[in-house]
Amino acid sequence: MDESRPIFVQIAELIENDIIAGALPEESQVPSTNEFAAFHRINPATAGKGVNLLVDEGILYKKRGIGMFVATGARDTLVAKRRDRFQNEFVRPLVTEAGKLGITQAQLVAMIRKEDAE
Amino acid sequence: MSAVVEVQNLSKHFKNVKAVDDVTFSVEENTIYGLLGRNGAGKTTVMQLLTGQDFASSGDIRVFGESPVENARVLQNISFIKESQKYPDEFQPKHVFRSAPWFFPNWDSAFAERLIDDFRLPLNRRIKKLSRGQLSAIGVIVGLASRAPLTFFDEPYLGLDAVARQIFYDRLLEDYGEHPRTVILSTHLIDEVSNLLEHVLVIDEGRIIIDEEAEALRGSATTVVGTRAAVDAFTAPREVLHSEYLGGLASVTVGRLSPGERVEAAEAGLELSPVSLQQLVVRRTNVSQKEFEQSA
Repeated sequence: MDESRPIFVQIAELIENDIIAGALPEESQVPSTNEFAAFHRINPATAGKGVNLLVDEGILYKKRGIGMFVATGARDTLVAKRRDRFQNEFVRPLVTEAGKLGITQAQLVAMIRKEDAE
Repeated sequence: MSAVVEVQNLSKHFKNVKAVDDVTFSVEENTIYGLLGRNGAGKTTVMQLLTGQDFASSGDIRVFGESPVENARVLQNISFIKESQKYPDEFQPKHVFRSAPWFFPNWDSAFAERLIDDFRLPLNRRIKKLSRGQLSAIGVIVGLASRAPLTFFDEPYLGLDAVARQIFYDRLLEDYGEHPRTVILSTHLIDEVSNLLEHVLVIDEGRIIIDEEAEALRGSATTVVGTRAAVDAFTAPREVLHSEYLGGLASVTVGRLSPGERVEAAEAGLELSPVSLQQLVVRRTNVSQKEFEQSA
Protein backbone atom coordinates (compact mmCIF):
# COMPACT_ATOMS: atom_id res chain seq x y z
CA MET A 1 0.00 0.00 0.00
CA ASP A 2 1.10 3.50 -0.85
CA GLU A 3 1.81 5.44 2.36
CA SER A 4 0.76 8.81 1.02
CA ARG A 5 -2.89 8.04 0.30
CA PRO A 6 -5.77 6.67 2.36
CA ILE A 7 -5.97 2.87 2.22
CA PHE A 8 -9.71 2.86 1.53
CA VAL A 9 -9.17 4.84 -1.68
CA GLN A 10 -6.54 2.32 -2.74
CA ILE A 11 -8.87 -0.59 -1.98
CA ALA A 12 -11.57 1.01 -4.14
CA GLU A 13 -9.03 1.41 -6.97
CA LEU A 14 -7.96 -2.23 -6.71
CA ILE A 15 -11.58 -3.33 -7.08
CA GLU A 16 -12.02 -0.91 -9.99
CA ASN A 17 -8.94 -2.39 -11.68
CA ASP A 18 -10.37 -5.89 -11.33
CA ILE A 19 -13.66 -4.76 -12.86
CA ILE A 20 -11.92 -3.01 -15.77
CA ALA A 21 -9.66 -6.03 -16.38
CA GLY A 22 -12.68 -8.34 -16.34
CA ALA A 23 -11.50 -10.31 -13.32
CA LEU A 24 -14.72 -9.20 -11.59
CA PRO A 25 -17.42 -9.45 -14.30
CA GLU A 26 -20.66 -7.50 -14.03
CA GLU A 27 -23.29 -9.13 -11.79
CA SER A 28 -20.59 -11.27 -10.16
CA GLN A 29 -20.16 -11.28 -6.39
CA VAL A 30 -17.18 -9.41 -4.95
CA PRO A 31 -15.27 -10.75 -1.94
CA SER A 32 -16.59 -9.74 1.48
CA THR A 33 -15.11 -6.89 3.48
CA ASN A 34 -13.51 -9.40 5.85
CA GLU A 35 -11.95 -11.28 2.93
CA PHE A 36 -10.50 -8.04 1.54
CA ALA A 37 -9.20 -7.15 4.99
CA ALA A 38 -7.57 -10.54 5.53
CA PHE A 39 -6.06 -10.62 2.04
CA HIS A 40 -4.58 -7.12 2.15
CA ARG A 41 -3.90 -7.32 5.90
CA ILE A 42 -5.80 -4.17 6.67
CA ASN A 43 -8.46 -3.16 9.14
CA PRO A 44 -11.92 -4.47 8.08
CA ALA A 45 -13.49 -1.06 8.72
CA THR A 46 -11.05 0.48 6.24
CA ALA A 47 -11.83 -2.21 3.64
CA GLY A 48 -15.53 -1.55 4.23
CA LYS A 49 -15.01 2.15 3.60
CA GLY A 50 -13.39 1.37 0.25
CA VAL A 51 -16.26 -0.91 -0.76
CA ASN A 52 -18.83 1.69 0.33
CA LEU A 53 -17.13 4.30 -1.83
CA LEU A 54 -17.96 2.12 -4.85
CA VAL A 55 -21.49 1.48 -3.61
CA ASP A 56 -22.04 5.26 -3.41
CA GLU A 57 -20.84 5.60 -7.00
CA GLY A 58 -23.19 2.85 -8.18
CA ILE A 59 -20.34 0.55 -9.22
CA LEU A 60 -21.25 -2.08 -6.64
CA TYR A 61 -24.61 -2.84 -5.11
CA LYS A 62 -25.69 -4.69 -2.02
CA LYS A 63 -27.97 -7.74 -1.97
CA ARG A 64 -29.33 -7.99 1.53
CA GLY A 65 -27.98 -10.98 3.40
CA ILE A 66 -25.98 -12.20 0.40
CA GLY A 67 -23.21 -9.72 -0.30
CA MET A 68 -21.85 -7.20 -2.77
CA PHE A 69 -22.19 -7.47 -6.55
CA VAL A 70 -20.79 -5.60 -9.55
CA ALA A 71 -23.51 -3.46 -11.15
CA THR A 72 -24.42 -3.80 -14.81
CA GLY A 73 -22.69 -1.02 -16.75
CA ALA A 74 -20.02 -0.63 -14.05
CA ARG A 75 -17.18 -1.35 -16.45
CA ASP A 76 -18.25 1.32 -18.96
CA THR A 77 -18.66 3.87 -16.17
CA LEU A 78 -15.18 3.12 -14.83
CA VAL A 79 -13.54 3.22 -18.25
CA ALA A 80 -15.11 6.63 -18.93
CA LYS A 81 -13.93 7.91 -15.53
CA ARG A 82 -10.38 6.63 -16.12
CA ARG A 83 -10.27 8.19 -19.60
CA ASP A 84 -11.05 11.57 -18.08
CA ARG A 85 -8.11 11.19 -15.74
CA PHE A 86 -5.76 9.85 -18.39
CA GLN A 87 -4.86 13.32 -19.67
CA ASN A 88 -3.91 14.62 -16.21
CA GLU A 89 -2.28 11.54 -14.79
CA PHE A 90 -0.40 10.17 -17.78
CA VAL A 91 -0.22 12.57 -20.71
CA ARG A 92 0.72 15.70 -18.77
CA PRO A 93 3.65 14.18 -16.84
CA LEU A 94 4.81 12.50 -20.07
CA VAL A 95 4.92 15.80 -21.92
CA THR A 96 6.58 17.58 -18.96
CA GLU A 97 9.31 14.95 -18.68
CA ALA A 98 9.83 14.94 -22.46
CA GLY A 99 10.24 18.73 -22.34
CA LYS A 100 12.89 18.44 -19.59
CA LEU A 101 14.87 15.98 -21.69
CA GLY A 102 14.63 18.09 -24.87
CA ILE A 103 12.48 15.54 -26.70
CA THR A 104 10.51 17.34 -29.43
CA GLN A 105 6.81 16.78 -30.02
CA ALA A 106 7.57 14.96 -33.29
CA GLN A 107 10.04 12.65 -31.53
CA LEU A 108 7.52 11.97 -28.79
CA VAL A 109 4.83 11.08 -31.34
CA ALA A 110 7.30 8.77 -33.10
CA MET A 111 8.08 7.07 -29.81
CA ILE A 112 4.40 6.50 -29.07
CA ARG A 113 3.87 5.08 -32.56
CA LYS A 114 6.79 2.72 -32.11
CA GLU A 115 5.51 1.54 -28.74
CA ASP A 116 2.03 1.04 -30.13
CA ALA A 117 3.33 -1.01 -33.07
CA GLU A 118 5.11 -3.46 -30.79
CA MET B 1 -20.86 4.10 17.76
CA SER B 2 -20.65 4.32 21.50
CA ALA B 3 -17.66 4.83 23.74
CA VAL B 4 -16.36 1.82 25.63
CA VAL B 5 -13.80 3.84 27.55
CA GLU B 6 -14.13 7.46 28.64
CA VAL B 7 -11.25 9.12 30.42
CA GLN B 8 -11.33 12.66 31.76
CA ASN B 9 -8.44 14.66 33.17
CA LEU B 10 -6.73 11.48 34.28
CA SER B 11 -3.43 11.82 36.13
CA LYS B 12 -1.19 9.35 37.86
CA HIS B 13 1.81 10.53 39.87
CA PHE B 14 4.55 8.37 41.32
CA LYS B 15 6.39 10.56 43.84
CA ASN B 16 7.82 13.27 41.57
CA VAL B 17 7.05 11.59 38.26
CA LYS B 18 3.89 12.43 36.34
CA ALA B 19 3.44 9.11 34.54
CA VAL B 20 0.05 10.21 33.21
CA ASP B 21 -0.55 13.92 33.08
CA ASP B 22 -4.10 15.26 32.75
CA VAL B 23 -5.20 13.02 29.90
CA THR B 24 -8.66 13.05 28.28
CA PHE B 25 -9.73 10.66 25.55
CA SER B 26 -12.33 8.08 24.65
CA VAL B 27 -12.27 4.69 22.96
CA GLU B 28 -15.07 3.72 20.56
CA GLU B 29 -16.68 0.31 20.47
CA ASN B 30 -15.51 -2.36 17.99
CA THR B 31 -12.42 -0.53 16.84
CA ILE B 32 -8.74 -1.47 16.78
CA TYR B 33 -6.65 1.20 18.50
CA GLY B 34 -2.91 1.62 18.48
CA LEU B 35 -1.48 3.02 21.72
CA LEU B 36 1.96 4.19 20.68
CA GLY B 37 4.83 6.00 22.31
CA ARG B 38 8.36 5.64 23.58
CA ASN B 39 9.48 3.55 26.52
CA GLY B 40 8.34 5.19 29.73
CA ALA B 41 5.84 7.42 27.92
CA GLY B 42 2.99 6.17 30.11
CA LYS B 43 1.33 3.53 27.89
CA THR B 44 1.41 0.71 30.42
CA THR B 45 0.31 3.00 33.25
CA VAL B 46 -2.73 4.07 31.21
CA MET B 47 -3.64 0.45 30.55
CA GLN B 48 -3.21 -0.47 34.21
CA LEU B 49 -5.49 2.37 35.21
CA LEU B 50 -8.13 1.38 32.64
CA THR B 51 -8.10 -2.21 33.86
CA GLY B 52 -8.38 -1.29 37.55
CA GLN B 53 -4.91 -2.58 38.41
CA ASP B 54 -3.77 0.76 39.70
CA PHE B 55 -5.43 3.80 41.27
CA ALA B 56 -5.57 7.17 39.57
CA SER B 57 -4.14 10.19 41.41
CA SER B 58 -6.96 12.27 39.97
CA GLY B 59 -9.46 12.29 37.14
CA ASP B 60 -12.28 10.06 36.03
CA ILE B 61 -12.29 6.68 34.25
CA ARG B 62 -15.43 5.03 32.85
CA VAL B 63 -15.15 1.60 31.26
CA PHE B 64 -18.46 0.28 29.92
CA GLY B 65 -19.94 3.25 31.77
CA GLU B 66 -18.57 2.33 35.20
CA SER B 67 -15.41 2.63 37.26
CA PRO B 68 -13.20 -0.42 36.61
CA VAL B 69 -11.72 -0.53 40.12
CA GLU B 70 -12.78 -3.69 41.99
CA ASN B 71 -15.72 -3.95 39.59
CA ALA B 72 -16.37 -7.53 38.41
CA ARG B 73 -19.04 -6.43 35.93
CA VAL B 74 -16.43 -4.39 34.07
CA LEU B 75 -13.41 -6.63 34.57
CA GLN B 76 -15.01 -9.84 33.27
CA ASN B 77 -15.32 -8.07 29.92
CA ILE B 78 -11.64 -7.17 29.81
CA SER B 79 -8.65 -9.19 28.69
CA PHE B 80 -5.28 -7.56 29.47
CA ILE B 81 -2.23 -9.25 27.96
CA LYS B 82 0.95 -7.93 29.50
CA GLU B 83 4.50 -7.97 28.29
CA SER B 84 5.59 -10.23 31.15
CA GLN B 85 2.73 -12.15 32.65
CA LYS B 86 3.63 -14.15 35.75
CA TYR B 87 2.34 -17.69 36.21
CA PRO B 88 2.47 -20.04 39.22
CA ASP B 89 5.79 -21.93 39.36
CA GLU B 90 4.49 -25.39 38.53
CA PHE B 91 2.20 -24.20 35.70
CA GLN B 92 2.33 -25.67 32.22
CA PRO B 93 0.65 -24.02 29.20
CA LYS B 94 -2.20 -26.58 29.35
CA HIS B 95 -3.07 -25.32 32.85
CA VAL B 96 -3.33 -21.77 31.54
CA PHE B 97 -5.74 -22.81 28.80
CA ARG B 98 -7.74 -25.01 31.14
CA SER B 99 -8.25 -22.19 33.64
CA ALA B 100 -8.83 -19.39 31.10
CA PRO B 101 -12.55 -20.23 30.60
CA TRP B 102 -13.13 -19.54 34.32
CA PHE B 103 -12.22 -15.92 33.77
CA PHE B 104 -13.43 -15.25 30.23
CA PRO B 105 -17.09 -15.97 29.48
CA ASN B 106 -16.50 -15.79 25.70
CA TRP B 107 -13.54 -18.20 25.74
CA ASP B 108 -13.40 -20.27 22.51
CA SER B 109 -11.41 -23.45 23.18
CA ALA B 110 -11.49 -24.61 19.54
CA PHE B 111 -9.95 -21.29 18.48
CA ALA B 112 -7.37 -21.60 21.27
CA GLU B 113 -6.40 -25.07 20.03
CA ARG B 114 -5.99 -23.83 16.50
CA LEU B 115 -3.74 -21.02 17.77
CA ILE B 116 -1.69 -23.47 19.85
CA ASP B 117 -1.06 -25.41 16.61
CA ASP B 118 -0.28 -22.21 14.68
CA PHE B 119 2.29 -21.11 17.25
CA ARG B 120 3.60 -24.68 17.79
CA LEU B 121 3.34 -24.21 21.51
CA PRO B 122 4.29 -27.22 23.66
CA LEU B 123 1.49 -27.79 26.19
CA ASN B 124 3.16 -30.10 28.65
CA ARG B 125 6.31 -28.24 29.49
CA ARG B 126 6.81 -26.15 32.62
CA ILE B 127 6.29 -22.50 31.74
CA LYS B 128 9.59 -21.66 33.44
CA LYS B 129 11.35 -23.75 30.79
CA LEU B 130 9.72 -22.04 27.80
CA SER B 131 11.54 -19.60 25.56
CA ARG B 132 10.69 -15.91 25.64
CA GLY B 133 8.79 -16.25 22.35
CA GLN B 134 6.78 -19.25 23.58
CA LEU B 135 5.88 -17.31 26.71
CA SER B 136 4.64 -14.46 24.53
CA ALA B 137 2.66 -16.94 22.42
CA ILE B 138 0.70 -18.01 25.53
CA GLY B 139 -0.32 -14.39 26.10
CA VAL B 140 -1.28 -13.83 22.49
CA ILE B 141 -3.41 -17.01 22.45
CA VAL B 142 -5.17 -16.04 25.68
CA GLY B 143 -5.78 -12.52 24.36
CA LEU B 144 -7.30 -13.74 21.11
CA ALA B 145 -9.28 -16.76 22.33
CA SER B 146 -10.77 -14.87 25.29
CA ARG B 147 -12.69 -12.66 22.80
CA ALA B 148 -13.21 -10.09 25.53
CA PRO B 149 -15.24 -7.06 24.42
CA LEU B 150 -12.25 -4.94 25.47
CA THR B 151 -8.84 -6.51 24.85
CA PHE B 152 -5.50 -4.92 25.69
CA PHE B 153 -2.25 -6.18 24.20
CA ASP B 154 0.72 -4.48 25.88
CA GLU B 155 3.82 -5.28 23.80
CA PRO B 156 2.49 -8.81 23.41
CA TYR B 157 5.23 -10.23 21.28
CA LEU B 158 8.62 -9.95 22.88
CA GLY B 159 10.74 -12.75 21.39
CA LEU B 160 8.13 -13.78 18.81
CA ASP B 161 9.68 -14.39 15.40
CA ALA B 162 8.43 -12.71 12.23
CA VAL B 163 6.34 -15.73 11.23
CA ALA B 164 4.61 -15.86 14.61
CA ARG B 165 3.94 -12.10 14.54
CA GLN B 166 2.35 -12.42 11.12
CA ILE B 167 0.18 -15.27 12.43
CA PHE B 168 -0.88 -13.01 15.28
CA TYR B 169 -1.87 -10.18 12.92
CA ASP B 170 -3.69 -12.52 10.53
CA ARG B 171 -5.65 -14.30 13.25
CA LEU B 172 -6.47 -11.01 14.95
CA LEU B 173 -7.91 -9.56 11.72
CA GLU B 174 -9.84 -12.72 10.83
CA ASP B 175 -11.34 -13.14 14.26
CA TYR B 176 -12.04 -9.44 14.68
CA GLY B 177 -13.91 -9.52 11.37
CA GLU B 178 -16.18 -12.29 12.63
CA HIS B 179 -16.37 -11.20 16.26
CA PRO B 180 -15.95 -7.43 16.37
CA ARG B 181 -14.59 -6.10 19.63
CA THR B 182 -12.46 -3.27 20.94
CA VAL B 183 -8.75 -3.93 20.80
CA ILE B 184 -6.04 -1.67 22.19
CA LEU B 185 -2.64 -2.65 20.88
CA SER B 186 0.49 -1.13 22.34
CA THR B 187 3.63 -1.78 20.35
CA HIS B 188 6.94 -0.40 19.13
CA LEU B 189 6.67 -2.26 15.82
CA ILE B 190 4.53 0.47 14.32
CA ASP B 191 5.25 -0.27 10.65
CA GLU B 192 4.04 -3.83 11.12
CA VAL B 193 0.69 -2.87 12.59
CA SER B 194 -0.07 0.46 10.91
CA ASN B 195 -2.54 -1.04 8.39
CA LEU B 196 -4.36 -2.92 11.14
CA LEU B 197 -5.17 0.15 13.15
CA GLU B 198 -8.30 2.22 12.77
CA HIS B 199 -7.42 4.81 15.37
CA VAL B 200 -4.09 5.97 16.76
CA LEU B 201 -3.29 7.34 20.20
CA VAL B 202 0.26 8.56 20.73
CA ILE B 203 1.38 9.26 24.26
CA ASP B 204 4.54 11.14 25.15
CA GLU B 205 5.71 12.09 28.63
CA GLY B 206 2.32 11.23 30.04
CA ARG B 207 0.31 13.31 27.58
CA ILE B 208 -1.71 12.32 24.53
CA ILE B 209 -0.10 14.12 21.60
CA ILE B 210 -1.97 12.41 18.74
CA ASP B 211 -5.58 11.16 18.90
CA GLU B 212 -6.60 10.62 15.29
CA GLU B 213 -8.08 8.22 12.75
CA ALA B 214 -5.29 6.17 11.18
CA GLU B 215 -6.52 7.08 7.70
CA ALA B 216 -6.41 10.79 8.51
CA LEU B 217 -2.79 10.43 9.63
CA ARG B 218 -1.78 8.94 6.30
CA GLY B 219 -0.32 11.73 4.21
CA SER B 220 -0.40 14.11 7.19
CA ALA B 221 3.35 14.60 6.75
CA THR B 222 5.57 14.62 3.69
CA THR B 223 9.31 14.64 3.25
CA VAL B 224 10.60 17.09 0.66
CA VAL B 225 13.96 16.26 -0.91
CA GLY B 226 16.06 18.34 -3.28
CA THR B 227 18.77 20.96 -3.41
CA ARG B 228 19.14 22.91 -0.21
CA ALA B 229 18.13 26.26 -1.69
CA ALA B 230 15.00 24.87 -3.38
CA VAL B 231 13.92 22.88 -0.32
CA ASP B 232 14.47 25.81 2.02
CA ALA B 233 12.50 28.13 -0.26
CA PHE B 234 9.60 25.69 -0.40
CA THR B 235 9.53 24.77 3.29
CA ALA B 236 10.29 28.21 4.78
CA PRO B 237 6.62 29.23 5.28
CA ARG B 238 5.70 25.86 6.81
CA GLU B 239 6.06 24.11 10.11
CA VAL B 240 9.10 21.87 9.84
CA LEU B 241 8.89 18.57 11.74
CA HIS B 242 12.39 17.43 10.90
CA SER B 243 15.28 18.36 8.67
CA GLU B 244 18.47 16.71 7.53
CA TYR B 245 21.21 18.09 5.34
CA LEU B 246 23.86 16.33 3.32
CA GLY B 247 26.19 18.68 1.49
CA GLY B 248 24.05 20.68 -0.91
CA LEU B 249 21.06 18.39 -0.46
CA ALA B 250 18.25 18.72 2.01
CA SER B 251 15.52 16.42 3.26
CA VAL B 252 12.84 18.25 5.23
CA THR B 253 9.63 16.86 6.69
CA VAL B 254 6.60 19.15 6.74
CA GLY B 255 2.87 18.74 7.36
CA ARG B 256 0.13 17.85 4.88
CA LEU B 257 0.47 19.28 1.36
CA SER B 258 -2.49 20.14 -0.88
CA PRO B 259 -2.56 18.81 -4.47
CA GLY B 260 -1.68 22.34 -5.62
CA GLU B 261 1.33 22.46 -3.32
CA ARG B 262 2.44 19.06 -4.63
CA VAL B 263 2.39 20.37 -8.18
CA GLU B 264 4.30 23.46 -7.04
CA ALA B 265 6.94 21.26 -5.41
CA ALA B 266 7.25 19.06 -8.49
CA GLU B 267 7.69 22.14 -10.67
CA ALA B 268 10.47 23.34 -8.35
CA GLY B 269 12.23 20.02 -9.03
CA LEU B 270 11.62 18.65 -5.54
CA GLU B 271 10.88 15.05 -4.74
CA LEU B 272 8.12 14.24 -2.31
CA SER B 273 7.97 11.07 -0.30
CA PRO B 274 5.31 9.95 2.17
CA VAL B 275 6.08 9.65 5.88
CA SER B 276 5.04 6.36 7.46
CA LEU B 277 3.14 6.25 10.72
CA GLN B 278 6.28 5.01 12.43
CA GLN B 279 8.36 7.90 11.12
CA LEU B 280 5.60 10.32 12.07
CA VAL B 281 5.54 9.03 15.65
CA VAL B 282 9.33 9.24 15.80
CA ARG B 283 9.26 12.85 14.57
CA ARG B 284 6.51 13.87 16.94
CA THR B 285 8.10 12.23 19.96
CA ASN B 286 11.34 14.03 19.24
CA VAL B 287 14.01 11.50 18.53
CA SER B 288 16.05 10.99 15.45
CA GLN B 289 15.32 7.86 13.45
CA LYS B 290 18.81 6.59 14.25
CA GLU B 291 18.32 6.73 17.99
CA PHE B 292 14.95 5.05 17.63
CA GLU B 293 16.34 2.14 15.68
CA GLN B 294 19.17 1.70 18.13
CA SER B 295 16.77 1.57 21.04
CA ALA B 296 14.42 -0.86 19.28
